[in-house]
Amino acid sequence: MIRWRIERRYEVSRALLYSTPVVAVVLTLAAGIALFCGLGIDARAALYHCFIEPLETLSSIGEVLIKAAPLIMMAVGLGLGFRANVWNIGAEGQLTLGAVAAGGVALLFWEHEGSFIVPLMMLAGIAGGMLWAAIPAFLKARLNVNEILTSLMLTYVAGLLLSALVYGPWKDPEGMNFPQSRMFSTWETVDPLLAGTRIHIGVPLALVVALATALLVERTLIGFEIKVAGLAPSAARYAGFRRDRVVWLAFLLSGGLAGLAGMLEVAGPIGQLVPVITPGYGFTAIIVAFLGRLNPIGIIVAGVLMALSYVGGENAQIAVGLPRAATGMFQGLLLFFLLATDVLARYRIRWVRRVRHGVAHES
Amino acid sequence: MLCNMNRRRFLQATAATGLVASQGIVSAWAAEPLKVGFVYVGPIGDYGWTHGHDTGRKAVEAHFGNKVKTTYVESVAEGPDAERVIRQLAQQDHGLIFTTSFGYMEQTLRVAKQFPKLKFEHATGYKTAANMSAYNSRFYEGRAVAGHIAGKLTKTGKIGYVASVPIPEVVMGINATALAARKVRPDATVRVVWVHTWFDPAKEADAAKALIDQGVDIMTQHTDSPAPLQVAEGRGILGFGQASDMKAYAPRAQLSAILDLWGDYYIGRLQAVLDGTWKSQSIWYGFKEKMLAMAPYGEAVPEALRQEADAIIAGTINGSYHAFTGPIKNQQGEVVVQDGVRMSDDALLKMNWYVEGVSA
Amino acid sequence: MGWHMSLELLGSMLLTVVGAATPLLFAALGEVVAERSGVLNLGVEGMMLAGAVSGFATVMVSGNHLLGLLAAAAAGAALALVFAVLTLTLMANQVATGLALTIFGVGLSALAGAGFVGVPVAALPKLALPGLSDLPGLGRLIFGQDMLVYLSLAMTVAVASFLSRSRSGLILRACGESDVAAHAIGYHVIRVRYVAVLFGGAMSGLGGAYLSLAATPMWIENMTAGRGWIALALVAFGSWRAWRICAGAYLFGGVTILQLYVQGAGRLHVPSQIMSMLPYLATIALLTVMASGPWRSRFDAPACLGKPFSPPA
Repeated sequence: MIRWRIERRYEVSRALLYSTPVVAVVLTLAAGIALFCGLGIDARAALYHCFIEPLETLSSIGEVLIKAAPLIMMAVGLGLGFRANVWNIGAEGQLTLGAVAAGGVALLFWEHEGSFIVPLMMLAGIAGGMLWAAIPAFLKARLNVNEILTSLMLTYVAGLLLSALVYGPWKDPEGMNFPQSRMFSTWETVDPLLAGTRIHIGVPLALVVALATALLVERTLIGFEIKVAGLAPSAARYAGFRRDRVVWLAFLLSGGLAGLAGMLEVAGPIGQLVPVITPGYGFTAIIVAFLGRLNPIGIIVAGVLMALSYVGGENAQIAVGLPRAATGMFQGLLLFFLLATDVLARYRIRWVRRVRHGVAHES
Repeated sequence: MLCNMNRRRFLQATAATGLVASQGIVSAWAAEPLKVGFVYVGPIGDYGWTHGHDTGRKAVEAHFGNKVKTTYVESVAEGPDAERVIRQLAQQDHGLIFTTSFGYMEQTLRVAKQFPKLKFEHATGYKTAANMSAYNSRFYEGRAVAGHIAGKLTKTGKIGYVASVPIPEVVMGINATALAARKVRPDATVRVVWVHTWFDPAKEADAAKALIDQGVDIMTQHTDSPAPLQVAEGRGILGFGQASDMKAYAPRAQLSAILDLWGDYYIGRLQAVLDGTWKSQSIWYGFKEKMLAMAPYGEAVPEALRQEADAIIAGTINGSYHAFTGPIKNQQGEVVVQDGVRMSDDALLKMNWYVEGVSA
Repeated sequence: MGWHMSLELLGSMLLTVVGAATPLLFAALGEVVAERSGVLNLGVEGMMLAGAVSGFATVMVSGNHLLGLLAAAAAGAALALVFAVLTLTLMANQVATGLALTIFGVGLSALAGAGFVGVPVAALPKLALPGLSDLPGLGRLIFGQDMLVYLSLAMTVAVASFLSRSRSGLILRACGESDVAAHAIGYHVIRVRYVAVLFGGAMSGLGGAYLSLAATPMWIENMTAGRGWIALALVAFGSWRAWRICAGAYLFGGVTILQLYVQGAGRLHVPSQIMSMLPYLATIALLTVMASGPWRSRFDAPACLGKPFSPPA
């Protein structure tokens, strides 16, 4: 009796690693066309507006990069933690706290302008994110409290804290009593880096962060510890790598990066503190981390792809009236196919002939 | 065939073709539809705030036919996403763009500055520009009517309020309800429960239950779903719908509802753009300009009360009635508005304090 | 606090708590079975919404509530099947697939339900035992619930005894704690996980149906409003044991409802955001206490949670 089974490859097939995403995109397009036809929408136009149009103009590419930057920045930190089996699900909350801390600094200096404000805000943002991440890190390292739960709960707490501040002590006295802080002085002074786009410093910063993390993982001892902690925890213990060091590093790094991403959102694009500063970046970043296979370079690509699907989805809404819910389905399908075809790169199919006595040999 | 044509026929044909072609060109120019964009903060299926605006959009389409082409983008998050979407609409030459949430204000302003030839309309905000208007609805006028009815019909004297977030618009609504209720029932109180979201049906229902269990017998809300009213129906008390007629969910319980009517305003503004008479403005319309209306009264509202309510609406329209006329006391019992004085629009738009009788 | 809690008020409040806890309980019970078998399915939110819209639509069309509940369970299971194929047969990463499932499920349910917005439906009928249901205070609480509430409690008992006392439960747990060993003994790990994941999907679907058919009988896009994530947290909160999950669901629901009631009483003047933080802070505090006291037992997740399994040769 011949059966087939999937087993892990000894070595990842490089050719397939790079070509499977293409297969996935093709499959998604096919499914997407079926979906659009079912909804009575011009499929060709929808796909064009979704995937081609955002890449046609410089300003549009800039929009994709602006959306991708916080995702990449956060995903890189999260990916590092996931590799070590440290599950930081609270990046959203750390982003919020980073924004709060940076916002606090900005409000302190709201009447001033100076080149010191932005770097100070950055430091504050990183510190805020790290502080928020330190809580689940401490609970995990010291007391072995499940970090998925604590980091997730803290997300809600962070959001409520921001809300309490913006409705209360930090409300703009000249803002008609609406829940918003004063406008930051940085809002006017942070110029786009590239004329004709809205690209701000966050975009190159995200790239730098990704590359730096890649170096950290590949070239440093702590990076090695992280990889081993995830791949072979017992070996890590024998080697004397301390688990709690890894936990702290993973949380502080991802928290700091999330906080920085939060600072960048409120300093530039939003320009003030408001009750809602993120459309769920913290959770989308988790998806980006996995799509990028927890590898900083892959995350860059994955981040751009996710951002493209968001921007493209909006374009398609505008151009052909594609319902937003369909965009969600489309994104889900894209992710499904990417994940499914990923298997071809990492695993292979083998045919096994089973002899009746129960001894298996391979054909 | 051309060979068989004689000159006259040829000239006739040419003239006819020329006439048709020129008419075609003229009608092509005239038929270039004006693009109108709508940016929504929620889904059109929310049966509340966004649904109301989309109904307005459909009214525009019905009225103007193929002279306009409407586009809408739903569930646009406030912040950088909003700026991107608004800019996208602008870059695609939408001559008039409506942004339907307070949180879009700064982003609309930014894009408006970069596209001076296009026109922008921002809902419930306060900043304007040469090509950006602000528009808002005097929801509190409807609240006063509801408060009056509630004050007359409540037996326990406790009116429930499921509220979303403490922004001036919501505070105004609470206060207007309390003031109107206490005019006819001096010991009436308005109990507020904050759910901190515009939309979470189950939580809104739980808040309604919490209120009813503590003695509230008229339910009002400033959240989007029909859940609180549905709970009221199930528990045998009465209430008011919000933003749309929720009678389907509460055939017995709904006394009335405050209806958001954006259609006429949108049509008017669009007509102004087409006529070339559009000017930036900051308006705050109410019953008089038909930006809101009350849904037909439910069976529980007796005839005499209906006439009183209609009288309030008529008084609001002709200016003889204003929901915020003194004397008004705050929660501490101090008189903050003197007898006979009407609160200014400015004071209302900033409102962050509660009147006597509100427990929030 | 100064206000009197009559039996009547207490009973009413507990009724509301039941309503808040039940959808969480269904989803969490389903998820714990899946997780105990070693599979982490983060797509709970999507599966709940699928169940909510399917249950609602079926009742709208057929008028039969039982059919609606079956449809809801089937819809949840159908989405779970997609997840299962991707993660169990194709061995895709479970976290990412679950998140993708959420996105997909939210979009699919919104599209499917577009025609049902603004249309009310008959709610699930409540039990009405003559005499018993009318007892003051606790009568309605114990004897006046709808069938899903009783089902959720019955399922708690069922899942608890299945996991800890039955042979199949043992097999399931073995697959979650040590898949290689389970396979060596001769259990078909993948098949067990398939069943577990499908069960999880069906339960999530029922949880969603509770929202659209009992708690607030209506369909509106995205009406679960994040409850799927709370359910996921509850599984860990209950340290992967059914009774603790049940307690957690009621505790979480209880604190959430309590702050609404306190607001309604109007006696406490704390910023309401602080009040709203209570359930989350309470969860963290409780976890910390549980982990650090002398009563700590093993609170670890199933050892193989999230790891794909490939039967060795």
